[in-house]
Amino acid sequence: MAYRHLLAAQVRSQAQYRASLAIDVAGSVLFGVLDIVSVVVLFRVTPTLGGFGFTEVFLMTALASCAFATADLVVGNVERLRQYVRSGLFDALLVRPLSSLAQLMAMDVATRRVGRVAFGVVMLVLAAANAPVEFTPARLALLTVTPIAGAVIFGAVFVATATVAFWWIESGEIANGLTYGGLNFTQYPITIYGAVFRRLFAYAVGFAFVAYYPTLALIDRPDPLGAPAFFGYAAPAIAVMTAVAAGLVWQTGVRHYRSTGS
Amino acid sequence: MTVIEAHGLRKEFTVRVKSGWLRRRTLRVAAVDGIALTVERGEMVGYIGPNGAGKSTTLKMLTGVLYPTAGQVRVCGLEPVPQRTRLARRIGVVFGQRSQLWWDLPLRDSFALLRHVYAVPATEHAGRLAHCRRLLDLDAFLDVPVRQLSLGQRMRGELTAALLHGPEVLFLDEPTIGLDVVSKQAVRAFLAALGAAGDTTIVLTTHDLADIKRLCRRLIVIDQGRIVHDGSLDELHARYGSRRRLVVDLDEPLAAPLALPGVTVESTQANGRRITYALDGTAAAGDLVSRLAEAAALRDISVLEPDIEDVVARLYARRATP
Repeated sequence: MAYRHLLAAQVRSQAQYRASLAIDVAGSVLFGVLDIVSVVVLFRVTPTLGGFGFTEVFLMTALASCAFATADLVVGNVERLRQYVRSGLFDALLVRPLSSLAQLMAMDVATRRVGRVAFGVVMLVLAAANAPVEFTPARLALLTVTPIAGAVIFGAVFVATATVAFWWIESGEIANGLTYGGLNFTQYPITIYGAVFRRLFAYAVGFAFVAYYPTLALIDRPDPLGAPAFFGYAAPAIAVMTAVAAGLVWQTGVRHYRSTGS
Repeated sequence: MTVIEAHGLRKEFTVRVKSGWLRRRTLRVAAVDGIALTVERGEMVGYIGPNGAGKSTTLKMLTGVLYPTAGQVRVCGLEPVPQRTRLARRIGVVFGQRSQLWWDLPLRDSFALLRHVYAVPATEHAGRLAHCRRLLDLDAFLDVPVRQLSLGQRMRGELTAALLHGPEVLFLDEPTIGLDVVSKQAVRAFLAALGAAGDTTIVLTTHDLADIKRLCRRLIVIDQGRIVHDGSLDELHARYGSRRRLVVDLDEPLAAPLALPGVTVESTQANGRRITYALDGTAAAGDLVSRLAEAAALRDISVLEPDIEDVVARLYARRATP
């Protein structure tokens, strides 16, 4: 398949700069470490966070970190759309017989971010083993599917926010607010946030389904905020919805692409 | 068979203009302002105009990069934007400033990748590549990463990249810009051969009028988003009053100036022994020569054909003096 070849070419291109790749991979692992450290530090000053203990929040953090790292690896480089739009290089993607979004992802995949994904998976296994989870086949499936669904939700946010570049090229900070802000939001139980902020991030964007609700289902706890139990298993459906929405935003954006002179 | 068809094609851009401290006005500017054109299979069309006339914008609407504000356009019977991916398989595009090649990989790898991108059968791909390698002399730098190629080498690579899937139409946006004379000639000779084969329709924009002379029988001139001329080079000369010049050397200056309709004296040199006449479309050089021969002893005659640069410069200058 064409995308597989594009991906391989990208990896080969990056492998040309071998030393810099090794440093970048190490740096990317460091980001994953910071995700976890921030939770550990928090629990040194407080025994519970929003009604949840360390092992439970650790599980949320690991799920969120895994999902974010995967999305960052696969889709994170859509933020480079800004450069493509500013330089007019996006033209070159549009004259090929492939999806412009898929090309952008494949052609700019950041191999270095593999480090953070690998670290995230290790942390997830550790968190799941330490959290009070009674494993059933359903819960095991949930544990595997959740990071993927979460990655799709994060990916949709990456795409939708990057698309702003079609209208407004200097749009970087908005995108970072929603993506990196989203990671911080999903790491902790949504019970700790104010009502307006929570509604916006948890439900309007769908971030509560990345880690919070799946964790409740894994540890078999009802939601203190009274959400129905099936929310714990709703992440894949939410992921599909956000992906479709992001796809529509992308298509609208491409129609507004103005290219550059000459 | 009609390959390109456009009616009332229009593209507007929103431009924000500073009109005071912190205040901005929004203007709608039409880069392409109602263009109609039809191109048949196998034609070679030169698309020229001054900077900002709307050449690239038109090309981008024809290739599915830009969404037209209004009007209809069909290329190979397809609507460029809605059917972009299907159209992309049937057209080749060389945008001088937007490389289709992989910057960090050898040229050879880019060609191999494009085979997968366009899903071209291996034998067809190999055949076309061998053809381009021979005609464009690619072998010397096939294994060099694209970032290390010279502009001329890269442009030859871009041309190959645009042709490996056997496109029906080839769009070239300033394919010779920035190239040295040798590379320019190589590119022109290649395109001329491609056009002569007759299967590929070629549309190219250029500022280099030598490209047009060498390659295009049909010339479309666009200015301020509108087509101001669509026809052959000769028609352009006839319409915009290109004048041939007749330079005569005489043994003695003329006793009295000659008066012929459509003929004016442009300059007199060597004490009246060399006269340059300008002839507009209606005047025949033969009449002038026979009248001159009656009046004085002719030593030498030469006819200078009109220069395309002159015509185009005159065409562009009309805008400055509305």
